[in-house]
Formats: sequence, structure tokens, C-alpha cells
Amino acid sequence: MRKHLRLLALMLACLCRLQAAGVLKCCLRAEPQTLDPLMVSDEAAELIRYLTSGVLIRINRYTQQPEAELAESWAVSSDGRELRFRLRAGLRFSDGSSFGPEDVECTIRRLTDPQLHSPVADGFRVGGQPPVVKILSGREVAIRFAQPLAGFERLFDQLSVVACEDPQGQRAVLGPYFIAERKPGQYIQLSRNPRYWKRDARGRALPYLDGIRLEIQPNRQLEVLKLVRGEIHLIQKLDPDFYPQLENKPGVRVYDAGPGFDAELMWFNQAPQAPIAEHKKNWFRNLAFRRAVSDAISRADLCRIAFGGRATPAAGPVSPANLLWYNRQLRPYPYDPVGAGQRLREAGFQYRGGQLYDATGRPVEFSLITNAGNRSRERAAALIQRDLQKIGMRVQLVTLEFRSLIERITRSLAYEACLLGLTNVDLDPNSQMNLWLSSGANHQWNPKQPKPATAWEAEIDRLMLRQASTLDRALRKAAFDRVQMIVHEQLPFIYLVYRHGLSAYRPVVRNLKPAGLFPELLWNAAELDLEPQSTR
Amino acid sequence: MILAGVSLTAEWVAPHHYAEQFREAINEPPSWRFPLGTDGLGRDRLSRLIYGARVSLLLAPLAAGLATSLAGFIGIASSLSGPWLERLLLVSTDLWMTLPWVFLLLTARALLPLDTEPFASVTITFLLLGLLGWPATARIVAARAQQISQATYLLQARACGERRHQLWFRHVWPNLRPVLLAQFWVLVPAFILAEANLSFLGLGVSEPLPSWGSLLRDLENPGALWTQPWIAAPAVVVVIVIACLHGVLPETGGRQ
Repeated sequence: MRKHLRLLALMLACLCRLQAAGVLKCCLRAEPQTLDPLMVSDEAAELIRYLTSGVLIRINRYTQQPEAELAESWAVSSDGRELRFRLRAGLRFSDGSSFGPEDVECTIRRLTDPQLHSPVADGFRVGGQPPVVKILSGREVAIRFAQPLAGFERLFDQLSVVACEDPQGQRAVLGPYFIAERKPGQYIQLSRNPRYWKRDARGRALPYLDGIRLEIQPNRQLEVLKLVRGEIHLIQKLDPDFYPQLENKPGVRVYDAGPGFDAELMWFNQAPQAPIAEHKKNWFRNLAFRRAVSDAISRADLCRIAFGGRATPAAGPVSPANLLWYNRQLRPYPYDPVGAGQRLREAGFQYRGGQLYDATGRPVEFSLITNAGNRSRERAAALIQRDLQKIGMRVQLVTLEFRSLIERITRSLAYEACLLGLTNVDLDPNSQMNLWLSSGANHQWNPKQPKPATAWEAEIDRLMLRQASTLDRALRKAAFDRVQMIVHEQLPFIYLVYRHGLSAYRPVVRNLKPAGLFPELLWNAAELDLEPQSTR
Repeated sequence: MILAGVSLTAEWVAPHHYAEQFREAINEPPSWRFPLGTDGLGRDRLSRLIYGARVSLLLAPLAAGLATSLAGFIGIASSLSGPWLERLLLVSTDLWMTLPWVFLLLTARALLPLDTEPFASVTITFLLLGLLGWPATARIVAARAQQISQATYLLQARACGERRHQLWFRHVWPNLRPVLLAQFWVLVPAFILAEANLSFLGLGVSEPLPSWGSLLRDLENPGALWTQPWIAAPAVVVVIVIACLHGVLPETGGRQ
């Protein structure tokens, strides 16, 4: 009998071993600035927030649709100002304390506390007013805003609900994992939250993994070596340079998700207060000049050479990866250096000995700044320099340390043209208000305008405000489609390419479903699993 | 000498212009058309290596000469002067070494106009390297000069009635020269590599001008070295140049 019991225990242990999926390992490229889920402002902290926190509504990274999470349902009032959430019953934080509407109230109160300076809070202060939270019952809570809030789902996707007793989310979390250990500069160990509420289709408790180890490794080369050696299981946001290198490595798979959300673009500094020559500002404000530059750049070569074929020519601010907001009418400008030269001549520019001169006889030459250290972008800049040389423009390339570059494009405005990438972390156009409104600080080509400098910028202002003030999806889409069309025609930003979403992983990871949105491979971390032999 | 000659006649010797992009032939292996293959933009690696030698072989020795001269002047002045001035100079040297140079270089970049010509930019970079690279050498020179000033042969020469300038030219300078030359040869490759690193701060060579430092950046990816060993050519050339430079050392030392 005892022998049989021992055998049974051994079989159970083996079964448990098979089910204990082990620890998934990957790298963070920087130390998170904070672990407070309401203070997140960097990508590393955002990943930890995503893996540890619970939210009322989650944007599914794969379908891009909102899904019920801690709230089993929600409703919007007829005036569009109030949201009523019905919370799931019986949920508990990782420390065992129960979750209820009081925690939602505590979260909103702490988030909108002016002393906290939460970067997430701005989106919740609609019309400059914090929302008012009202507990309706043991499972219902209403949040009222000063004005109708379009695209509220994305806001609640970023709002981690914290416990009243643990407002910094250090002990009590509602996400699939909790922070078990942290060694600054080395790693962050996340462990499985045994009280996580989700179950799979067969009723098994999620997450499958025992934990996730996030090693802090800023060096991308070493990150790739670790993947090849099997020391980590996956890499998100793989550099295009490493893609061919990993393509044929045994035990490694690479994945190209097609056009991602990030675009490479260049723009000219048109700000009146910029400390650059007035005649250059006149070129930059000239649509024919901007259009000639756009036409003279071979986007196909940029994709093929600078990004190793892992990019797609860009037409406008929204990538086709954004299923909800992409304007399908836009087409990338074709490569046409002859047409570009003709356009410049019609605009009063002249050619003498292969060099382009403006109507006052000044040679057309300008500097193009970009950030140092990004090899794909540096290659793109060199290709642009050569393309523009073919239409007689002399371009001086300057690679700057990233902080110096940001200082120039945001504060001193001491630059002429800039080549950079824009990262879209959010699908909704409301997240881009600061970019498109002429008064916005991120309206890069001419920031913080007291009133719109051009008629088309005034129209963009009107359209962006219109789409932000209605809940009618069709109206919002029409307004933002028009914004994209204006940007495409006026070229304040010359969109060049959409970088592809690249990732690499070891096939021992199961249930991976790479998505375009961050976190690309870890968005369904609760469902990820490892092959049993790889759980060491 | 051969390398210097080739670099000076680059226009005639190099198969292509350093900036010419053969976009249909990116990352090509070596061939008759491209003897060292092409880079990621389809530019001929051999031509860029030859033109790059112009920047690196001309400006790096000039910067090293400037740094060594400054170091020699300060090192000798500190050892031959009185204790008060010696202390002041050595403290200044230590202070110079502890300054946060990255921030000062960033400031230098901020002061430079963005439309500075590539050659002017790289010249300024090497000038900065020359102006910043002297303190460690000055320390070594000061120590050696101190040793010489206390040497018995110098005491004997002084006792024999030799004058100050005679002491300097007959005894001090011949004994210091090998130290200065050694430091000079050490600084040349250090500055070639430093220039490549400074490009991260926006200083150094800008596209499309090549330098050996910027060509060495292709070696950042060891995986690529395995599949395209010819990209190591700039490193091999730098090693050969350094070996040649060091080969000069015993000869100069042997004259003392």
C-alpha cells in the first residue's frame, strides 16, 4: 500500500513538474524609473505595470478592441460625461485583500492629487477638472467627467487600480504577476499571482508561468547573444540589423509583424522664433520646397537599405497597423527626382552647375540633425543626403546625443531640419492632441503658436477639437481622416517609412501571439507557457 | 609612409569616390569591382579606407603632437621650477583630469554651428582631443624630469661649470625625448579610436566623410564579423600602423 502511495506521489510530482511552466526570461533595456503604477513614464516601467496591474478596461493588443477586465461591463450616460462600471465579483488583490469600488475611488483620488504629478492624470483631467467618483453599490461605481470623453477606453487601459491600503502597488496587485525581488541594475523578478482572477478555456488558473525574470540589459548586442545562447526566451522590438543574423540561428525564430505603429519622418523648422536664417525659414515654409524634398527621397531605398527590407513606405501619420484610424486613401509619394526639380524651378529656384539656388541667389543648403547611435536612422540620413544632392540641395548631416537633440527640437529650436522616429503608444487620436494642435508643445515644425500660422493648421485645430468632443465614432473617424489628408498634402512632417514590428523568440515559448502594440510579445503574458524540458 | 602616400593620392588611387553609393550592391563581398566589398549603403570599403587614412593619419598625429607638446611643456616646467610652481602645475593637471569632459564636449558641440563642414568638424574634434589629452602624459614627463634633475650625472655636469642651457640641451632633453616620443606613439591610436567614440556626442566625422574610427564602428556587431570577415580590414590596417609606429620606438630610444 505504502509502495503504491509513493508511486502516486511520484507521479503527482512529475505531473506538477510538467504543469509548473517555469520562469520566462527576457531583457529590459533600461532600469524602470519607478515601480509606482500611477507614475509610469518610461517603457520599462510601463511593461512592469502591464504585467502586474489590473485595469477596468483592457485594450486587446491583438484585436485592438476594448475588453472587460476588472469591470465586467460598463455604460456611458446619454450626455457622454458619466461612465458606470460594474465590477467583477469576488476579486482579490495578491495579498488576499478584497477588491471593491472603494479601491477605484482611492485610485482616482490618488491619481488626480496635484501633489503626485502623475503623467497618467492629464488625460483624466478633462476640461481641467478631475473626475468625480461615486460608489453606487458594492459592485458599481460611476465616474463623472466635466466634459464628454471620447476614446475613454484607452485611458482606462493605462489606469492601474491600486488598493486603498497599498496605494503604491508594492504588495497588493491585481495583475497576473507581482514583484517578488528587485536588484537595481541587474534584474526584476516577477512571480505568479496565486489570486489572479482569470482562467483559461479549460478552467485552469492563469498565469501558467511561475514567473518572469526581467534582466536589465541596455546593450542590444548582448541581448541578442543571450537569446542565441538560450539565456533569455524572447526579444521585443528587435533591431532590423539583427533580423538576418538571427534568421538562420538554430533554436531561434524571428517574426516580422509587418508595418508597426512607429514611423520615421523628417521635418523642417518653421518656427518664427527659431534662431536660423530667415531665408531658410522661407524655403521651409514653401510647400513646393517640402514637396520637392518628399518626392526626391526614395522611400523604397530607405526600406531596403536602411532598414534591411523591414519597413514599408509611409504616407501619413497613422500606420496601416492601426486598424481603427488608418486613412486608406493615402498613398506614399512616389520617388520622382525629375518632378521635384521641375517643381522647384516653378517655385523660383534655379540650377547653376548642379547646385540649387533660391530666387535671391543663395545656395540651398541646410543641416539635418538626427540622434547618434541608431544605425538604421544614420543610414537613412545618409541616403536622404545623397538623394537630395541629386536635386542640387546640399545637406549637412549632424548626429547628436539624444538629450542634446531633444533640447534643440523642444527648447532652443536651434536646428534646421530633423530626422527622427515617432512612436505611437496609443491608437486613439486624442493621444496626439499635443502634436497636432497648433498651440501644442509637440507641434514640432512650429510649436506653441498663439494662433494658427496657416489656414490648414487652423483647420487641423478645428478637426482635432471636433473629434475629441464627440462620442460618435463615424464623426471622429471622418475628422481624423481629414487631418491625415491635410498632413499628407501640406507635408509639415515628411513621413518616410513605417518600421516593421520585429521580434525574436525561442520556440520553447508557447502561446505567443505577436502583436503590433506594446508589449508586443508579452501582452498575453498570463497565457504564455514554456515547454516542460525548458523549465530549468 | 606607404599608407600616408596612398592616402594623399586617394583621388587617383581609390577605385571610387568615398561617398558614391552603389545601391544595387549593398554589403557585397570582395570582388574585382569592390576589392574590400561594400558597406551597408553600397559604398566601396577600400575607397573609404584610403580616404579615411587621410583624416586619421594626418589629424591623429597632429593632435597627439599637440597633446605631447603641452604635456612636455607642463611636465618640464613643473620639475624645473620651484616647489610652489611645481605644486600648482601638478594640482592643475590633476584637476584637469577630473573635469567632466563629456559635458564639456557636449557644450563644445552646442557651440559649434550645425552647418560646420565635415572636415572642419573633424579638425575641431582632433584639436579638442589634443587640448584634452595631455594631463596623463604631463604626469609621466614631470616624474621623469624630476628623476633627471636629481641624477648624479647632472650634478657632476653642474659641478663642471656647465651653464643652464647646456645642462638642458646636453643632458635633460636627450633623456626626456624617448619618453615624449613613446607617449606620442601611444596617443596616436588612442585618438583614432577616441574620434570614433566622440561621434556619439555629435563631434567627430560626419557623413559621408570617412575616418578609420568611423569605419571601425562596423565591428560593433561581432556576428557580422563572422559572416563578413573583410569588414575587419580597417582594424587590421590600424594594427599595422600601430605596429609600424611602435617599431620606430626602439630606434629612437637607442640613440640616447
